[in-house]
Amino acid sequence: MTLTLRMAWRNIWRHSRRTWLTATAMIFSNVLLVFMIALQFGSYDMMIDNTLKLFSGHLQVQAEGYQDNPKLRSSIADVRSLAAELRTALPEARVAPRAAGFALVSSEDRTFGIEVVGVEPASEPGVSTIPGMVTAGRYLEEADSAAIVIGAAMARNLKVGTGDELTLLGSGRDGSFAAGIVTVVGTFDSGSSDMDRALAEVPLPWFQDTFAMRGHGNSIAVAVDQLGAVADARAAAATVINDRDDLVVLDWNALHPGLRQAIQADLSSAWFMYGVLIILVGFSVLNTQLMSVLERTREFGVITALGVRPRRLASLVMQETALMALVGMAVGLFLGWLVTLYFHVHGFSYPGMEELAERFNLPGEMYPSITFGTMILGPGVVFLFCLLAAVYPALRLFRLHPVDAMRTV
Amino acid sequence: MPNILCNDLCKTYRQGDAVIKALDHVTLEIEPGDFICLSGPSGSGKTTLLNMIGGLDELDRGEISIDGQRVDQLSKGPLADLRLHHIGFVFQAYNLIPVLSARENVEFVMQVQGVPARERRRKSMAILKEVGLDGLEDRRPAQLSGGQQQRVAVARAIVSQPKLVLADEPTANLDSVSATHLMELFRELNQNHGVTFLISTHDERVMRYARRLIRMQDGKVISDEIQKSV
Repeated sequence: MTLTLRMAWRNIWRHSRRTWLTATAMIFSNVLLVFMIALQFGSYDMMIDNTLKLFSGHLQVQAEGYQDNPKLRSSIADVRSLAAELRTALPEARVAPRAAGFALVSSEDRTFGIEVVGVEPASEPGVSTIPGMVTAGRYLEEADSAAIVIGAAMARNLKVGTGDELTLLGSGRDGSFAAGIVTVVGTFDSGSSDMDRALAEVPLPWFQDTFAMRGHGNSIAVAVDQLGAVADARAAAATVINDRDDLVVLDWNALHPGLRQAIQADLSSAWFMYGVLIILVGFSVLNTQLMSVLERTREFGVITALGVRPRRLASLVMQETALMALVGMAVGLFLGWLVTLYFHVHGFSYPGMEELAERFNLPGEMYPSITFGTMILGPGVVFLFCLLAAVYPALRLFRLHPVDAMRTV
Repeated sequence: MPNILCNDLCKTYRQGDAVIKALDHVTLEIEPGDFICLSGPSGSGKTTLLNMIGGLDELDRGEISIDGQRVDQLSKGPLADLRLHHIGFVFQAYNLIPVLSARENVEFVMQVQGVPARERRRKSMAILKEVGLDGLEDRRPAQLSGGQQQRVAVARAIVSQPKLVLADEPTANLDSVSATHLMELFRELNQNHGVTFLISTHDERVMRYARRLIRMQDGKVISDEIQKSV
């Protein structure tokens, strides 16, 4: 340890109570920031993951323009073959081809407009949690033909149950009249009221026959194990469709622009709160270091008289601040990590959270995300602001006049 | 060629509406290896003269040169370098850095000078031994007596072998035994190492050590004589 660093370390403990008070402010804010940021990013990961897992998948291959204007005619030719190519190119991912259209569904008593999606029963569980959310009856099977799985709310609205028949009436890809009778084999409860009220799934081959798709589909959903793998998967999928100018690969950002906006809005308000907290800590450091510099005016005057240049004294003050901030950072980071680790294992919840979580299709408990980024981001910014706060006291030393300073009592 | 040349130095301070002449046309030549005491009542300009020669304060008028270099024309940075490498300061109130041990206080200036750590340690231990603080190197200033602290301050001032040591009332806070020891030390350094000493004092005992005694009053040099009894 250099003499200056040793001097800086000893200086910060000249008034140990004052140093501890300032360090405690840093520790408190660091603990809070570590936990809150980890919780926030954990909840975003969960929100994204749950939303994507429910139906859309992390990526989709679609006909260009389909996302903005989902018409049956915006389709992918030979969709099942392309899905097979994608499975080969993305062996770690799950791939499911789909076709989707709007239809009128009628029971004996009622008629509603719904979205009908043709799916591969064997592939769909890999990209969507709906097959696992069947609460009555069963999900579609490969052998099924004129079978349909509908949302629980739709079943209530249509007053039907498993085994009942429904009539679908729509328009085929070629503009022809599309109609068919399907049997309800199961109902699902996804937790999303929109989907439960207006989504139905049928086997893809039956959909293609009924809606005159001639082997076409409208999308291929791709699911990966984690969000971090999306970029690579997207690049691989783009390679597969390289020679198909009519197709595009969309990641979850494009598929769910509202999700990203909701996260950004939440982040903005959180950053404001964190900013206020960090600025308060910064002022605490400014106060401490300014007092520390002022009460050592005579000492600094003597040191200057000995021939030490002001920039070296300023460096001493900055080193003192850095050491104090490091103490706050180390202790705060450790305690913050402990708190975060506890909730990472046991989950975090508060009264009323379940209702709120349901709106975003989240589970009732949140699990903080422990990554290098979530751990270091808050304390790192606090550290930088502490250094920034010490700049003013340090700059004062450049105006020090040794004779006047040495007269200071 | 004189080591230090002060020519027509003037400095005034304002105290409320009053203008105080701290230095009033002071002219002085100091030879290398000189041992000079500045005496005079409080406010006579002794400390101001030391500060001016040490480049700690700015003149209103006049010239100061050390070995031909105009001190009064130097900017802050080169002035700091001049003090760091060529001038040693000893203050009335010791003014040691309280968080550093005796050895570290001595080493501090050398560190700023860029002296390697091993050499710093060797030199600081040697100089502390020379000023009679052998065995007390690791004590902090608060653990030393006034006399011992002043010896550390002297060691700090001379460790880099400056050409000139400026001492402002160095014995003012010392008992007579410590004061005598300190002055003996100054004389030894002057005689053995050729260091030029310029000491301001009220103390008649200190004045007896001086080869040359300059008396000041109201910012003026009123007498400048060689003491033959030394």
